[in-house]
Amino acid sequence: MNWKAVFTIAKKDIKEASQNKSVWMPVLIVPLIFVVLMPVGMIIGFSSAMGAAENPMNDPDFALFLQNMPDSMSQLISGMDMVQSSIVLILGYLFAPFFLILPLMFSTVIASESFAGERERKTIEALLYTPATDTELLLGKVMAGFIPAVLITLGSFVAYILVVNGAAYPVMGRIWFPLPSWYALILWVSPAISLLGIAATVLISAKVQTFMGAYQSSASLVVLVLALLAGQATGVVYLSVGVSLLIGAGIFAVDAVLMYYAIRTFNRDKLLASAA
Amino acid sequence: MENTIIIDHLYHRFDGHYALNDLSYEVRQGEVFALLGPNGAGKTTTIRLLNGLYKPTSGTIRVFDKNPVQQGSEIRKQTGVLTETSALYERLTARENLVFFGRMYGIAESVLLKRTDETLRYFELEKRADDRVGTYSKGMKQRLALARAFLNSPRILYLDEPTASLDPESTQQVHDLIESISKQDDRTVFLCTHRLEEAERLADRVAILNSGRLLALGSLAELRRQFNPGLWVDIDLLRPLAQTLDIKLLRGVVEGTVDGTKARFQVDEEGVIPSLISEMVRNEAQITSVRQEKISLEDIYFKLQTEVKEGVK
Repeated sequence: MNWKAVFTIAKKDIKEASQNKSVWMPVLIVPLIFVVLMPVGMIIGFSSAMGAAENPMNDPDFALFLQNMPDSMSQLISGMDMVQSSIVLILGYLFAPFFLILPLMFSTVIASESFAGERERKTIEALLYTPATDTELLLGKVMAGFIPAVLITLGSFVAYILVVNGAAYPVMGRIWFPLPSWYALILWVSPAISLLGIAATVLISAKVQTFMGAYQSSASLVVLVLALLAGQATGVVYLSVGVSLLIGAGIFAVDAVLMYYAIRTFNRDKLLASAA
Repeated sequence: MENTIIIDHLYHRFDGHYALNDLSYEVRQGEVFALLGPNGAGKTTTIRLLNGLYKPTSGTIRVFDKNPVQQGSEIRKQTGVLTETSALYERLTARENLVFFGRMYGIAESVLLKRTDETLRYFELEKRADDRVGTYSKGMKQRLALARAFLNSPRILYLDEPTASLDPESTQQVHDLIESISKQDDRTVFLCTHRLEEAERLADRVAILNSGRLLALGSLAELRRQFNPGLWVDIDLLRPLAQTLDIKLLRGVVEGTVDGTKARFQVDEEGVIPSLISEMVRNEAQITSVRQEKISLEDIYFKLQTEVKEGVK
C-alpha cells in the first residue's frame, strides 16, 4: 500500500472541497447554529423565562420527564434550581445525539464532493491514469472525508465546551461541562458515524451522477441520529458511556461490512462506465 | 526497433457490442503512432485497455512486456495520458495540479518542484502558474493537460484527441509541442485523432479503425503504395513543345499525355522523375513547375470508411 499516494489524494480533495462554497457553507453554518446560537439562545431563554429559585420537581411536566430518565440524571440535577437543571438536561443530555449530526454531515458532504463531484466535473479519468491502485484511490477519498469530519467535530466539541460553560457560568457558577458520556460520544461514536456516512456515500456515488445527488441521498442517514434523539428524549435510550461504546462498536461493525463491499466493488472499469 | 506495445487478437465487448473487434498490431519504441477513426471507432477504449483501466474481453496486450490487467500500476508509472477532456482541477492552480500529479507518479519531493517549474516554463505557462486553472483559456488548459501527461517523462505518451476543441493558433502550438516532445528520449507517442492532417503531420505510422476493426496499418508511404493506383507527375510548361515527345522511349514511364502547356505522366517510381525532366529539357521543354501527385491520407481514410459503409470491408 502506497500511503503517500493515499494522503496525497486526501490532501488534494480536502483542498478542493475547501474551495467549494456548496461544501464549506454547511460546514461553517451548521456548527455555528448547533455550537453557538442554539446553546446561547437556550441559556438566555431559560434564565429569563424561569424563576431561578423554583424547585423543578414542583413542575408536573418536568417531574414526568425526569421519571423517564435514568437515575444518574436525577442524581446529577439534584440540588439544582429550575434554570440550572434545564440547562444540564437540555444542553448536557438531550443535545448529545444532536451533536452526531455534525460528523455525519461533514463526512457526507466532503465524500460526496470527493467521489461524485470528481466524476461530475470529469476530472476522475486523469486520476485513474495515475499508478495508484483501486484500493489506494478509494482509501485516499475515504480519508478526505474522514479526517476533516473528525477534526471539525472535535473542534466543534471544544467550541461547545467553551460556549456552554461560558454562557451558563452566571447561572451555574462553575465549569460543569462536558459530562463523562460525551467523551465516548465524541471520541468513539462520532468517528464511527463519520465512516458510516462515507461508506454510504461511496456506495451511493456509484449510482448517482452529481455531488448534490450523492449528498442528498447519503444525508438521509440523519434519520439514525434523529432516532437516537427521540430515544434519548423519551428515555428509551440513554447515551451513557457504556451505551455509547456499544452503539459505536455496532456502527463500526456496519462500517466494516460496507467498506469491505465498497472496496470490492470500487474499480476503474465501473467508475469510467458510470462517468460516461 | 523494439516493440513497446503488442496487441494480439484483442476484443472488448461493451454495452452489448464489440468496441474492439479482433485487433492485432504492434507499436515500436520511439515512433509516433496514430490511431485514426470516427467517433466510436474504439480509440479511447484502446488507451484505457493499454493502461489497465479496462479488462479486455479476450486477446492479449503487452506493454513494456507487462500485462496491463495484472501490472497496470507498474505500466502507468511509465506512461502519460492526455485525456480527451483536459480533466484538470479547475479550483487549483496550474502549479498545484502538476505537483499533485507529480506526487501521484512518485516523483521524489527533492526534484518535484524543480521539475514542475521546468515543465511550466517548457509549456509557456510559468506566468500564470499560480492562477486557478478555471481562469485559463481552452488552449492554455490543453497545454497544461499536456504538461501533466509529460511531467513524469513517460516512455509512452498517449494523446487522445489533443486538438479536438482548439482554434487554429492553439492547434499549431500543441502540434509544435507534440513534435518537440516526440523527438526527446526515444519516446513513443500514441496519438488518437480524427484529424487527418494532424496524423499526416505528426505520425510515423498510422492505423485506421472503424467500429473497433482495423482497416489499414502502415507508414504513410506504405499506405500510399497500397492504395495509390500509380505515381503521377504533372508538369507545367511555359509554351507547348515544338516537337512531339515519344513517350514509349522514356524508360520507367508507363503512360502520359502532353496537351499544350500541360503534361501528365505515370511513372514506375520516384527515381524516374529526374530522368523524365532531363529528357524533356533535352526536347527543349521550358518547365515552370513539376508536381508529384500524392494520394493523401484523407483520400485513403475516406476510401476505407466508404468501403465499410458500402459493406466492401
